[in-house]
Amino acid sequence: MGYTVGDVIAERTVHLTRESLVRYAGASGDFNPIHYRDDVAASVGLPGVLAHGMLTMGIASSVVVAALEPGAKILDYGVRFTKPVVVDPETGADLHVSATVGVVDETAARIDLKVTFDEATVLVKAQLRVAV
Amino acid sequence: MNQDLVGRELPPTAPYLVGREKVREFARAVFADAPQHTDVEAARALGFDDVVAPPTFAIVIQDHTLQQLLALPDSGIVLARTIHAEQRFAYTRPIVAGDELTGRLRVTGIRMMGGNAMITSEAEITDASGAHVVTATSVLLVGAEDDADKGGAA
Repeated sequence: MGYTVGDVIAERTVHLTRESLVRYAGASGDFNPIHYRDDVAASVGLPGVLAHGMLTMGIASSVVVAALEPGAKILDYGVRFTKPVVVDPETGADLHVSATVGVVDETAARIDLKVTFDEATVLVKAQLRVAV
Repeated sequence: MNQDLVGRELPPTAPYLVGREKVREFARAVFADAPQHTDVEAARALGFDDVVAPPTFAIVIQDHTLQQLLALPDSGIVLARTIHAEQRFAYTRPIVAGDELTGRLRVTGIRMMGGNAMITSEAEITDASGAHVVTATSVLLVGAEDDADKGGAA
């Protein structure tokens, strides 16, 4: 697969619900109650129940991997968590992911991820490098 | 914050056997729809023995190492004041169902910022043969004590 700097290789909006959070809690083993209990989230001063940061990170890489060649070798992947994703019990939350080729050299392409919720960027320096 | 933690290495976690249905369950949870995560034949066509875990699955094993860190009597890390600030993975190869994985955590740095502490730890994840699979690095931000009513997000 050829990579050209500036190309958007994938874009997707994922709708999260409370069920998504419970599902991720079970799959990952992260049962921190701020991800499913409004009372606990409120008691620690949060604006609501939050998506797991690792769920957001995991969704972002899923969007990229689906767009890569099936055998593509991922070298590394990193993010900084900046803003929480509040998941409303009734309306959920829409997470928008777009993946752009940032840098290409002899060995790797760096895919830069932009992940937003409610117009705000929730991951910064979200970069996944794939071998070329 | 306890600066003595820097350089501390924790004992290896008990071997974690990666199950095929666990990989499928995790893939579904992170909306990973590439076929190699759920379809054994698709994974085999790519040269893997079984379904391939999504890249962030390593957190499951890393989490066991972080639980060890939190349980240290002198860690000084209070979960209710801790935020997951940063996460990185460096892969030698993907995790595949059937792998038996062990994590070894090392605290690599503590940086104080105001009253907050940024704790960096690396979990080296190896397979049953001892070969490196992935290194998972976390930065945890532990808030100052007077911020006790904030945070808890991870």
